[in-house]
Amino acid sequence: MRQLYFLFIGILFGIIMFKSEAASWFRIYEMFQFQSFHMYGIIGSALFFGVILIQLIKRFKLKSVFGESIRIPDKDKSFYRYMLGGIIFGLGWGLTGACPGPIFTLIGAGFFPILIVLFFAMVGTWIYGLVRNKLPH
Amino acid sequence: MEWIFKPWPWYIGGPMIAFVLFLLLFFGKNFGMSSNLRTLCTLCGAGKTSRFFNFDWKTQQWNLFVALGAIIGGWMGANWLSNEAIVQLNPDTINQLHQFNIKSAGAAYMPEELFSLQALTNPKVILSLSLGGFLVGFGARYAGGCTSGHAISGLSNLQLVSLFAVIGFFIGGLLMNHFLLPYFL
Repeated sequence: MRQLYFLFIGILFGIIMFKSEAASWFRIYEMFQFQSFHMYGIIGSALFFGVILIQLIKRFKLKSVFGESIRIPDKDKSFYRYMLGGIIFGLGWGLTGACPGPIFTLIGAGFFPILIVLFFAMVGTWIYGLVRNKLPH
Repeated sequence: MEWIFKPWPWYIGGPMIAFVLFLLLFFGKNFGMSSNLRTLCTLCGAGKTSRFFNFDWKTQQWNLFVALGAIIGGWMGANWLSNEAIVQLNPDTINQLHQFNIKSAGAAYMPEELFSLQALTNPKVILSLSLGGFLVGFGARYAGGCTSGHAISGLSNLQLVSLFAVIGFFIGGLLMNHFLLPYFL
């Protein structure tokens, strides 16, 4: 039953991605050309409220609906994996215009060539799992 | 209620993404869509090839439901909540894309030259989508997260390393967009 909550959160997320046009290849292209404020506004305002909400959660030690304390794990300290991995991700983002969230949204919206992107994103994840011990992290 | 059927402005979309971040935290989880790619690999049996995929996928089942929801939400957004889904781009962007033979710019939600079934008859398109997908999957796992995990969740939690990742996203994206993309279109 708990999984239904996550299904509904996902539905809300998918609707937002589609309707705000964050899932559109065109919007990502326009963002990297600095020709529109739209994507910067989305990310910026999401961050503005995200920072406030997380500070409030921490300040008031808010509990989750299931009564557990809300844990937001710190990420591992490092530089190379974030910068190098980030650049590789960015190259793919700039080409396909799709990050993993919108990949799922676009399947539902009926842009089926995105299934090729999903399949090769899985292949990329798999190859990373095979070679990660040889990469600087 | 008419606004629902029109494209949503950034000041609606952005705060609602923060609300999704909050909902996931409130339900005891963390926002991160690319983790699903790893879980899908595990479901396909990748655990036999690398310990990286040897984990109990059921601990990530909730996230697969978020992804399934995102698919359903995409369908609802396109079919129930839009009269006509055309992205209103900057005229300069449209002109540029027309020069790259992306004629659907300014008249569609996605470039038909890349994301229609007809486009798949062009081997170059298949190559571009495959390579791009590979880079997204490899890079997201290498960086330990994608736009949702780092740019939204990590930065909201004031994680310095997420800033490194997001700077990386933009270095890669700008390189692709300004120098490499013309070769792929």
